Amino acid sequence: MRFEHKDLLDINSLSPQDITMILDTAEGMKEINKRPVKKVPTLRGKTIVLFFQEPSTRTKLSFDIAAKRLSADVISISTGSSSIVKGETLIDTVKNLEAMSPDIIVMRHSSSGAAQLIARKLSPSVVNAGDGLHAHPTQSLLDMMTVREKKGRIEGLKIAIIGDIAHSRVARSNINGFTKMGATVNVTAPGTMIPKGIETLGCHVAPDIESCVEGADVVMMLRIQKERQEKILFPSEREYASRFGLTRERLALARMDAIVMHPGPMNRGVEIANGVADGKRSVILEQVTNGVALRMAVFYLVAGGKKYADKD
Amino acid sequence: MLTRIKGAKIVDPGNMDGVYKDIIIRDGLINALIEPEEAFDPGDVTEIKEIDATGMVAVPGLIDLHVHLREPGHEYKETIETGAKAAVRGGFTTICPMPNTSPVNDNSQVTAYIVNRAKELGLCHILPVGAITHGLEGNTLAEYGDMQQKGMVAISDDGRPVADARVMRRAMEYANGLNLPVISHAEDLSLARNGAMNEGITATVLGIKGIPNAAESVMVMRDIALAELTGARVHIAHVSCEESVDAIRHGKARGVKVTAETAPHYFTLTEEAVAQYDTHAKMNPPLRTEKDRQAIIEGLVDGTLDIIATDHAPHSPLEKEVEFDRAAFGIVGLETSLALSLGLVQEGKLSLSQLIEKMSKNPAAILGIDNDLKPGNPADITLIDTEAYHTIDPDTFFSKGVNTPFVGFNVKGEAWMTLVQGRVVFQKDV
Repeated sequence: MRFEHKDLLDINSLSPQDITMILDTAEGMKEINKRPVKKVPTLRGKTIVLFFQEPSTRTKLSFDIAAKRLSADVISISTGSSSIVKGETLIDTVKNLEAMSPDIIVMRHSSSGAAQLIARKLSPSVVNAGDGLHAHPTQSLLDMMTVREKKGRIEGLKIAIIGDIAHSRVARSNINGFTKMGATVNVTAPGTMIPKGIETLGCHVAPDIESCVEGADVVMMLRIQKERQEKILFPSEREYASRFGLTRERLALARMDAIVMHPGPMNRGVEIANGVADGKRSVILEQVTNGVALRMAVFYLVAGGKKYADKD
Repeated sequence: MLTRIKGAKIVDPGNMDGVYKDIIIRDGLINALIEPEEAFDPGDVTEIKEIDATGMVAVPGLIDLHVHLREPGHEYKETIETGAKAAVRGGFTTICPMPNTSPVNDNSQVTAYIVNRAKELGLCHILPVGAITHGLEGNTLAEYGDMQQKGMVAISDDGRPVADARVMRRAMEYANGLNLPVISHAEDLSLARNGAMNEGITATVLGIKGIPNAAESVMVMRDIALAELTGARVHIAHVSCEESVDAIRHGKARGVKVTAETAPHYFTLTEEAVAQYDTHAKMNPPLRTEKDRQAIIEGLVDGTLDIIATDHAPHSPLEKEVEFDRAAFGIVGLETSLALSLGLVQEGKLSLSQLIEKMSKNPAAILGIDNDLKPGNPADITLIDTEAYHTIDPDTFFSKGVNTPFVGFNVKGEAWMTLVQGRVVFQKDV
């Protein structure tokens, strides 16, 4: 079997077999990151552009490191340095990038669907590093990788996702991915953060955090963005923490061996209590570690995927 | 000069329904309707033009109460000329352009410019809609009386709601004295803001901020209440959802002077048309759900929705080939409306006569125009080929706008010929 996709735009367009292949490949990549010389020549001579139209530190760094460990040449452009601020359209900007023959364009953009828009217009591979509220496939894949590593499987697990589902691309991709791989996903949040019809993605909406966490194998907390308070999504961080924060007591309702995840950056004391974030069940930093290996796998597969596609 | 339209079947709601008559036109007016083989004494006229319209349906010229012509100000999207050409090609003999041009049509100079331009072109009647408030800013009333003298026929801040209920009340009270209908762009911006499509399952999956039905219906309800308060005539533009249809039905039952329109996309498509982030399916109000679509059809059938307008909104690729949330709202409609609306007849939802009420008679009544096909009235006539199968192709549009979600739709029926004041302003290539 081989990876047939030119682009990685969202989880929805991947089959369970695709996901398994990505996770298997990522596991193999992980070992490279533990070597004294953390570099392999796999993508030597390939050019990867990191095109970030939205602020990002860790995701961009993770892609950057992943590309360099595979010996690709990496160029990074961001909002401030691109022509978008000079009024150029997105399509014109990426067409100009394309004219310089990169192999892979990694894009983060504040508009949902932006990755699909450019993928339709470009011959290089497009890897979506987050588009608006729509999708963040590499985050979801690294989450699945972490869960599979810790639990040995994904199928049959109970996943609890707590936080601003409405404004989270991570939540959408994870609901999509985990249900696709046979897990059960329960979500909860204040009513202002549950979008209409979210159940159609295959998850269940729990009335409160206690029932959401109860019996869960994985408890995933989402970041509460403080600026959302101004958008009248919740009255105060204090009240949010008291109703939806993950405390030791609430975590005790989950399975004994449940793991705690967070895509970061965390608001300690708001969505997650300090002790839980640093507790022995927390795999938050392992998610970050796996992120590099996972992104190496994605680069490797889309680069090869295109090659095979060309041959056909 | 005399013109004789021969062989057409006449559908003139309220007067004739499927009667074969020849129409005699003299000096731009309907002169007589006579039996097909009946001789006609032309008197001293020597030149008689005969139009063989066998197999066609003759109807009173179609009227579109809601278009955007973009001139003055945004001529790269559409001009009065290209818009008028698109209109007559679509079978329309009268169109009403909304005032959101640049400058805004909130004064008699802009009104006069549009009216004069229409006269120069001599294609179709262009009856401008004036702004409710200066600059569409929702604060102070524009000079309706002055604009009306130059040919303005209704008022609207279309594209923007009049957010302040007191301003809307005053506008209705003032317009009522001039017998001007007030067209309501019903949208509560505090609920709709930042939304780019219908709030619902598709928006949730795509991660696009939604516009709930309530953003429309609360404003529909407000403006019906204000119409009841003031006794003014209010016309609800581009109704898209079930709750609005219910509110209008209720208002009519109470005797409020409310009329309403919908557009072909609201009874043809649903939010699922957006699924691939297709910006050609982005309009305001947005495409709704199947339940809403059925409610719109129901509203057309039971008369709650009086007219079908297009909300023809041409945009250039500059505004459409961009990220979905940054794309402009709106689609073109003048050249697709009749074919899509005939779909309702083919599905048995409306009779052809009922459809012509929605597309000609009822808008005429709102504008105070008598467009019966009878002697003495201007010869504004649309000849429809109800059997013409074709595929919608924006490359053939006369409009500058190609922003339509109906590309490739196979449809049946279209305008075969359009006459305005007896002159043939459009004839389909054979």
